[in-house]
Amino acid sequence: MTARIGVVTFPGSLDDADAVRAIRIVGATPVALWHGDADLHDVDAVVLPGGFSYGDYLRCGAIAKFAPVMSLIIEKAQFGLPVLGICNGFQILCESHLLPGALTRNDHQHFICRDQKLRIESTETVWTSDFTSGQEIVIPLKNGEGGYVASEALLDQLFAENRVVATYLDGNPNGSYRDIAGISNKAGNVVGLMPHPEHAVEALTGPTTDGIPFFTSVLKSLVGAS
Amino acid sequence: MIDSVTIALGSPDTEQPWAELGLKQDEYENIKAILRRRPTSSELAMYSVMWSEHCSYKSSKVHLRQFGDKAPKTDALLVGIGENAGVVDIGGGWAVTFKVESHNHPSYVEPYQGAATGVGGIVRDIISMGARPLAVMDSLRLGAAGAPDTRRVLPGVVAGIGGYGNCLGLPNIGGELVFEESYAGNPLVNALCIGSMKHEDIHLASAKGVGNLVVLYGARTGGDGIGGVSVLASETFDADGPAKRPSVQVGDPFMEKLLIEATLEVLHAGLVEGIQDLGGAGISCATSELASNGEGGMHVYLDRVPLRDASLSPEEILMSESQERMCAVVTPEKIDAFMALCKKWDVEAVVIGEVTDTGRLVIEWQGETIVDVPPRSVAHDGPVYERPFHRPSWQDALQADAPTGERLPRPSTPDALKQTLIDLISAPNLASKSWVTSQYDRYVLGNTILAQPEDAGMIRVDEESGLGVAISTDCNARFAKLDPYAGAQLALVESYRNISVAGAKPLAVTNCLNFGSPEDPEVMWQFAQATTGLADACLELGIPVTGGNVSFYNQTGDTAIHPTPVVGVLGVIDNVDRRTPMAWEDDGELIYVLGDTADEFAGSEWAHLQGHLGGLPPKVDLPMERLLSEIMVAASRDGMITAAHDVSDGGVGVAVTEMALRANIGARFWIPDNIDPFVFLFSESTARAIAVIPRTEELRFTQICAARGMSATRFGVVDSGLGADSGHPGEQVIVFDSQFTLTIDQLREANEATLPALFGG
Repeated sequence: MTARIGVVTFPGSLDDADAVRAIRIVGATPVALWHGDADLHDVDAVVLPGGFSYGDYLRCGAIAKFAPVMSLIIEKAQFGLPVLGICNGFQILCESHLLPGALTRNDHQHFICRDQKLRIESTETVWTSDFTSGQEIVIPLKNGEGGYVASEALLDQLFAENRVVATYLDGNPNGSYRDIAGISNKAGNVVGLMPHPEHAVEALTGPTTDGIPFFTSVLKSLVGAS
Repeated sequence: MIDSVTIALGSPDTEQPWAELGLKQDEYENIKAILRRRPTSSELAMYSVMWSEHCSYKSSKVHLRQFGDKAPKTDALLVGIGENAGVVDIGGGWAVTFKVESHNHPSYVEPYQGAATGVGGIVRDIISMGARPLAVMDSLRLGAAGAPDTRRVLPGVVAGIGGYGNCLGLPNIGGELVFEESYAGNPLVNALCIGSMKHEDIHLASAKGVGNLVVLYGARTGGDGIGGVSVLASETFDADGPAKRPSVQVGDPFMEKLLIEATLEVLHAGLVEGIQDLGGAGISCATSELASNGEGGMHVYLDRVPLRDASLSPEEILMSESQERMCAVVTPEKIDAFMALCKKWDVEAVVIGEVTDTGRLVIEWQGETIVDVPPRSVAHDGPVYERPFHRPSWQDALQADAPTGERLPRPSTPDALKQTLIDLISAPNLASKSWVTSQYDRYVLGNTILAQPEDAGMIRVDEESGLGVAISTDCNARFAKLDPYAGAQLALVESYRNISVAGAKPLAVTNCLNFGSPEDPEVMWQFAQATTGLADACLELGIPVTGGNVSFYNQTGDTAIHPTPVVGVLGVIDNVDRRTPMAWEDDGELIYVLGDTADEFAGSEWAHLQGHLGGLPPKVDLPMERLLSEIMVAASRDGMITAAHDVSDGGVGVAVTEMALRANIGARFWIPDNIDPFVFLFSESTARAIAVIPRTEELRFTQICAARGMSATRFGVVDSGLGADSGHPGEQVIVFDSQFTLTIDQLREANEATLPALFGG
């Protein structure tokens, strides 16, 4: 039995099919989760994909946190369920208080889509253990509200606790404080990431295949645990 | 007081505002003859929008018939002109549908919403064929880049396309961005969507089966876009500018996303007999077209339509162009399942009527019959005009003013040639478009193989087999101004070439014909010439026109835009793994130009930079285009080629610069013997491409070219080590022997700075 990784589809989710493909490529079993589900269908991990859940007409992710499936995910994440929030998923994790801080409108006010260089700052999460610390990767970035903000004290704490998962290199694309591209919770099972690893899993369609280790990391931690 | 049929019968002499609604006297008389009474106000509203130029194609129909009459024999076309979009067989049980549509006037009035709803409308056209949308493209033409109104319109249009398209989850894979004075008061926003489906999933817009139910689903109907079709699309802007903001519809991309998913689910579940999107002319169009394509009639209860604004009159409800609405015909047995799927996606759905066998479209409002018409008379039997046309009085003088060396001084020294290249690649029309394209999501869905700045957009359709499609839209309207017959053909061959150099085989054609007023005989001549040129060339190249769109009245006062027949070509590639990108890869690869270069500068980007437009456009050579296409597709399939690029705007010099920028690797070039360096570098002769060949494949490739009669001239080699010897140690450079040297960083700076400097960071 290989690991079952759920991908939640909210109304307005867009990158759910991409996340499913990435999970399949690394050899895990993708499981479709619907926002209205009152059951996690025995998944071993969850990806909250990119998109515009419920249209994001309120703050991004603010309505998604009230979805029935999210109350289960929020509860289980506190007991170690691996959860990766990508882009809108990151916003949902912040709105759900599984991760601290918030995402705000890009400082230049435009939506931006580009191939983004990152440095992996922490390999001590279940989603990044397959990288080497300091590894530089290039994966797509695309967001309108990707500027990570937090208090100075919290930013200091995130770095001190090695919870900054990745930072932007060669130019900050959205005004994120201290070039933060992704963070984790204290336990390292919940990770939020603004760039899109699921778009960098095939040489034909992505700028690189640098996104794959995010998915092999969790797979190894799940297989190792079982 | 509702103007019912009963009241209309009893008051035959009531004055009606047919002229204000855009109808001509004889059209109004014709409506009375069809109905054998005066129309009710609701019927008048319906006929006025459905018989508008935009919906009825009354001025263009007689010319568009050529696309059918001259269509080449092909097995590829599953559904042809007349449906929402043509459907093309691409093999493996897959079919593709694609269409481009204009949203020019709304985008001028309100750039953000005008452009956004243009995307929304074309996407609904695609889903109403049963296809899942795969990607969008947009073709934009605006006034001079530095003009104040361009700075108003372009950022709004780009934000609108991005704001809507990004929220739908459709990759934007390319398009065009052209700046040209002739569009200053009338920008063009043409949106394209492509979708795929299995053959068995093709759906058509028809209401069949007496007793079947007509369901309206999606957004509620509001007061936006009332009369937008007839008022906006058929009326020229006067010099004072428009004051018609309320006529532009407002888009809700989240609702559209739900509508896409709900529609695809009900279609795949087999719950739908016929389906139609609501766009221009709203419920009037959807009900009359569904009924007209069906076998009988339809009875509609208009007061069941869910409203955003309860005060709307029945005439307004019939004409409203509120976005994100669809209409489906469903059997009574399947209606509960249909409703359940709509509920799953939180999409409101209401049964507004049923299919009847009366042969009449009857619409009821609060118990009174307010419409009772033969549906075909509304949807299909509108007026047809044979508009008069004649060759413009100025055409001969324009063609006589050729950009010869005497007429326009040409650069001849190495420094002047170098400066010309820099001027061209930094000119707004050739500068990097990333200021625009970085505001669009090109990655979503994970099947984008090629996107801007590549020659064509390419999408993988079948993840297992690698089957894919490529698409490109093109038009150099200056060529069309010089000679509309040749100009339309040149638009076609450029698009055809763009598909071919990417490694895909051209299959089918769509178009968006943007012209001035059809009431101007000189404009009508341009239109007649362009459609004839396009139809003739499609026949010779063996690719059918599957559909298209006409946009007339693109003018400010009496001044029409350049005739702009935008042509989109669709191609198929058996395995996207074999696509040919623009960027060369390795040192030692050989750079060839295929095809012959002549002294052809009329309408070129270089002449445009000198402020000149005159002469005859480059010669069209259809057999050579076809040969070039076959060679490029074979070279890709057989692995003989590492990179390729179409030669068009700015000539060979600009083409190789774009390749070097994409590769970030230098190269050395030499000017072939017996040709003037300026002509070789910047002429825009057609039927040419750059091909980059590994040394191991050179013999095989050149033998194929020689055997088939395609000239192939080696004029460069990829070389990443030229920096040191040319005074730029550690840098990538391109060197033109005995002429000039430029670093790729210098070229990139020139190429990328232009649009941010004009439109902000």
